Amino acid sequence: MHLLAIDWAVFTEKLVLIIVVVSASLVIAMYSTYAERKIAAIIQDRRGPNRAGPFGILQPLADGLKLFFKEEIIPKFSSKFLFILGPSIAMLTAIMIGAVIPWGNKIHLFNRDISLQIADVNIGILYVFGIVSLGVYGIMIGGWASNNKFSLLGAMRAASQIISYELAMGISLIALLMLSGTLSLKTMVDQQMDHWWYIFKQPLGFLIFLVCAFAETNRTPFDLSEAENELIGGYHSEYSSMKLGFYLFAEYVNMFLSSAVMVTLFFGGYDIPFVNDHTLINTIGTNWMAVLQGGAFFIKIVCFLFLFMWVRWTIPRFRYDQLMNLGWKILLPLALFNMLVTGAIILLHQNNWHF
Amino acid sequence: MQALTNRAKPVSRKKMNLWESMYLPEILRGMFITFKHIFRKKVTINYPEQTRPFSPVFRGLQILNRDEEGRENCTACGLCAVACPAEAITMEAAERQPGEEHLYREEKYAAKYEINMLRCIFCGLCEEACPKDAVYLSETFAPANYQRKGFIYGKKDLLIPHPKEDPEAYAKAKGSRKLHPEGHGNEK
Ligand code: SF4
Ligand code: SF4
Repeated sequence: MHLLAIDWAVFTEKLVLIIVVVSASLVIAMYSTYAERKIAAIIQDRRGPNRAGPFGILQPLADGLKLFFKEEIIPKFSSKFLFILGPSIAMLTAIMIGAVIPWGNKIHLFNRDISLQIADVNIGILYVFGIVSLGVYGIMIGGWASNNKFSLLGAMRAASQIISYELAMGISLIALLMLSGTLSLKTMVDQQMDHWWYIFKQPLGFLIFLVCAFAETNRTPFDLSEAENELIGGYHSEYSSMKLGFYLFAEYVNMFLSSAVMVTLFFGGYDIPFVNDHTLINTIGTNWMAVLQGGAFFIKIVCFLFLFMWVRWTIPRFRYDQLMNLGWKILLPLALFNMLVTGAIILLHQNNWHF
Repeated sequence: MQALTNRAKPVSRKKMNLWESMYLPEILRGMFITFKHIFRKKVTINYPEQTRPFSPVFRGLQILNRDEEGRENCTACGLCAVACPAEAITMEAAERQPGEEHLYREEKYAAKYEINMLRCIFCGLCEEACPKDAVYLSETFAPANYQRKGFIYGKKDLLIPHPKEDPEAYAKAKGSRKLHPEGHGNEK
């Protein structure tokens, strides 16, 4: 009987959390587009958008409005259902990653401890991987449904790129999982609160993960899948109006959430650096602590977002064969090597070899 | 092939050494370069708020001049229209009636005076042709318009503001351009 009873408090609590996380990711993604244009401008000695509102901060709204007002075209011989499904899946999978990320430890409200994580699933990392690989479907379906051979070719390029880099990404993470011994993101953060961040134990793993994250989110230098100046947009060449907006927007949501994943895995998540969190929590209380931790997490994410944009406006795009070479011939062996070395060191430690 | 400037640098096609083909150090170097640009001075001029100063010989939109008492200078002689290589100017003359002396300086005046800004090439020949110092090219240019007919400027667009009633606008329209450079020949 108790299995079916719904705990309404938990239900509301999670619902509010979901709404907050989703809208926060959307708003942040929205302002990443603005930040992207500003950073591009600043790096190129220009000014960037500065007309809509003070410093142009209303620019994302204006862009969104523009996309909404554009004519919506669904090609005549496309399969209509799939055509609409494509961008929806891209957006959905992008947002779903946010469910397992611990945004802070917990807050104490209405006599309840509320965890700031939507779902503390014990296979957190696997969930992230599963969702990321679903993202390929958004691209493939979009390219396929357009009934345009160039869209299809673009989608194939994008899909093969994402699948190739997923491999190296997964293997680079195995080394990390061997160290942590858990798949839950929350437990990983807890481990990093008391010890070194994993970036210091797994620098090579982090590097591989970072490069793969760039490839997974289709960011320069791996943005071959949409390469607007050579591929007329790749898989989304037939898309217009807000459906195109969804694809473009999903990229920014992806960027934000993959930054969040990287921070969680390698940079201590919501851990505040140089501070002993346990003593601090006693002096300022749980709720203020949660605010501080959330702030620390956010700052780390913003640094990563800046890195994403900074790299985009520095490096030219890879050629396709170079991209495949890098993925299969360099990153994959490197990840395997990293895994072997980590395994060997763990083995030696367990056999009481101290060095 | 001889280089046109001494800044030209031939593309190096030598094989990359190990350090370069590791790629990451070079990426970091590139990123450092772009990072330095964040602190550079911006080259953009915020156009409508800021404008670049024009050169002293800039030729912009025509203006029909008035004398110090605010009377129109133009006597509708048609010399400007004849001089105009683009045939942009048309006008209709009218005779000054008694009592209109405060409006027009000469006995004959232009009742209608139009310049087609789409035809005008801003050569300034009308200004040189005018014996009455009535038309000259100012320091503004024709703003964008949605319709062709919006580019046909009539007298009310061209006439300079009244120097007594609106001295500020008059000075602004007149601009800082030197109207009679030495040897121009139009001085009365
Ligand atoms: S500037 Fe030249 S083209 Fe323009 S109206 Fe005068 S004479 Fe004609
Ligand atoms: S502007 Fe000068 S040249 Fe042209 S009609 Fe008037 S007086 Fe004559």
